[in-house]
Amino acid sequence: MKRASFNQLGLPVWLLLPQLVIIGVFFYWPAAHAVRSSFYLEDPFGFGSTFVGWDNYAGLLASAQYVKVAVFTLGFTFLVTFFSLSIALVLAVKADKVIRGTRTYRTLLMWVYAVAPPVAGFLGVMVFYQGNGPMTEFLALFGYEFRLGVNYYDTAAAMVAVATWNHIPVNFIFFLSGLQSIPQSVKEAAMIDNRSGTRRFWDITFPLLAPTAFFLLIINITYALFDTFGMIDALVKGEPGNNPMTLVYKVYVDGFRGNDLGGSSAQSVILMVLVLVLTVFQFRVMDRRIHYT
Amino acid sequence: MTVAAAPVLVSRSRARRKISWQTISDHAILIAGSLLMILPVFAAFMTIGASDVEISRHGMQFTDGSHLAENFDKALFTQGGFTGAITGSTMLLNSFILGIGFAIGKIIFGMMAAYAIVYFRLRFATFAFWVIFTTLLLPLEVRILPTYEVVHGMGLINTYTGLILPLVASATATFFFRQFFLSIPEELVEAARIDGAGPVKFFFDILVPLSRTMIAAIFIIMFVYGWNQYLWPTLITTDEAMFTLVRGIKQIYQSIDGGSDIPEFGRALALAFIAILPPVLVVVIFQSWFVKGLVESDK
Repeated sequence: MKRASFNQLGLPVWLLLPQLVIIGVFFYWPAAHAVRSSFYLEDPFGFGSTFVGWDNYAGLLASAQYVKVAVFTLGFTFLVTFFSLSIALVLAVKADKVIRGTRTYRTLLMWVYAVAPPVAGFLGVMVFYQGNGPMTEFLALFGYEFRLGVNYYDTAAAMVAVATWNHIPVNFIFFLSGLQSIPQSVKEAAMIDNRSGTRRFWDITFPLLAPTAFFLLIINITYALFDTFGMIDALVKGEPGNNPMTLVYKVYVDGFRGNDLGGSSAQSVILMVLVLVLTVFQFRVMDRRIHYT
Repeated sequence: MTVAAAPVLVSRSRARRKISWQTISDHAILIAGSLLMILPVFAAFMTIGASDVEISRHGMQFTDGSHLAENFDKALFTQGGFTGAITGSTMLLNSFILGIGFAIGKIIFGMMAAYAIVYFRLRFATFAFWVIFTTLLLPLEVRILPTYEVVHGMGLINTYTGLILPLVASATATFFFRQFFLSIPEELVEAARIDGAGPVKFFFDILVPLSRTMIAAIFIIMFVYGWNQYLWPTLITTDEAMFTLVRGIKQIYQSIDGGSDIPEFGRALALAFIAILPPVLVVVIFQSWFVKGLVESDK
């Protein structure tokens, strides 16, 4: 709040009201409903529900399939974050360094940001198409038969590749703007002290980029967890079957296809807790960083 | 003098050569990266020029483009889907309605709420702040089923309201405008008050003109975000006349492994291209606003 402000009661309430109503109806009510129904067992034919306590959660943790999906989500998140962050960092460092063409490279490397994940997934289907996709044919040169949608690990690899491709641009934009905000004087001082480019990068540039990198880490984890839904739906063509899927995809499959409302809600609540933990962790680390700089 | 100058010259030219090798490898890496980004979409675009038979036989390919016009025509104007009620141009229109409606909704509600929080002495301002900002934590995907039930209960299935409003229920724009309003010097409000301007006049005559760049930036980000929505439109639109492009492509590529007929590859690829084009153009054309908005809003 500003020190100098208007003293009125009516107007600000009217200003806040639309946002609060929308949030109340479409955010808090559903969220509370999810928590509530995670403790109930809903009759599949809609004849009421019974309170079952923590049974839905216990059922999830005991389910081998849920654990398998959780493990896949973890690995998937790790790989996508690692590959898209490191590729974007290399590209950003190079784009910041070259004297000519920085703007052109920036355009060429960032426009994929605007490609919707399900469309990216569809392109992935074409690129890895069984039998005649370009990547499938390329891998066949090495004697590997890539079978998208049939082989569990092949499908998983395609998912990681498409998600990484789709998410490099965001990381690139943030890294590049982080690099460009490092003062010229710091770069010159580092240049005088140390002629080795690699050393200069690890001793000066990387620590200065660390806040950006940490922030991006959280963004990437959130992306891999939630925003990949459309991409996965495209790659498995809406038929999960034996294919890998993420936790969010399972919420959808169990809730809308399986009609298991209690189990789906319990999964939602687990995801909510996960996001809250991530956010608290983010604020903690950010706070600590502010203290010592 | 000349004798002394010679070694300097030599070392300088040697240094330049060393740098140029370095520069070449830098450019090589950047070009490889750019190709990685461009090739999948370019290959898809080239393949639109082939017929469905050719595509199902050879996959993605470079063609003479003889079927390009035909495939785009099919994608935009031929009716498809199960009920045969939807054409690509209807989906294109729906996508624009979703993208623009979502962006405008976000900006209007966000600016109003941020103005109230920053510029008014309110007892419950801190409370309102936290109520609004908690929404940043939980994406729609997490609470998708109960939200669907709420919207279903309100009878908003297959309406633009039901499509757009639940997506607006998060605080990204409010947060963004709050940060920006806080960075505006306080003297402006004081001066405005001394001149006798009320809150409404101050908002429209001073704050809105000052926020023009920010509004543009957030409009671009939100437009792309809205255009690219998939999960929510998939659930909320069962009537094919309400499909957006991003949602509608699914209908077509689902047929790829489905029936015994040759799948409509050309049509699906053309639709994918149409779905990609508008958001990419917006991002590329308004690049500097977009980058500024993206980098500053998330800090």
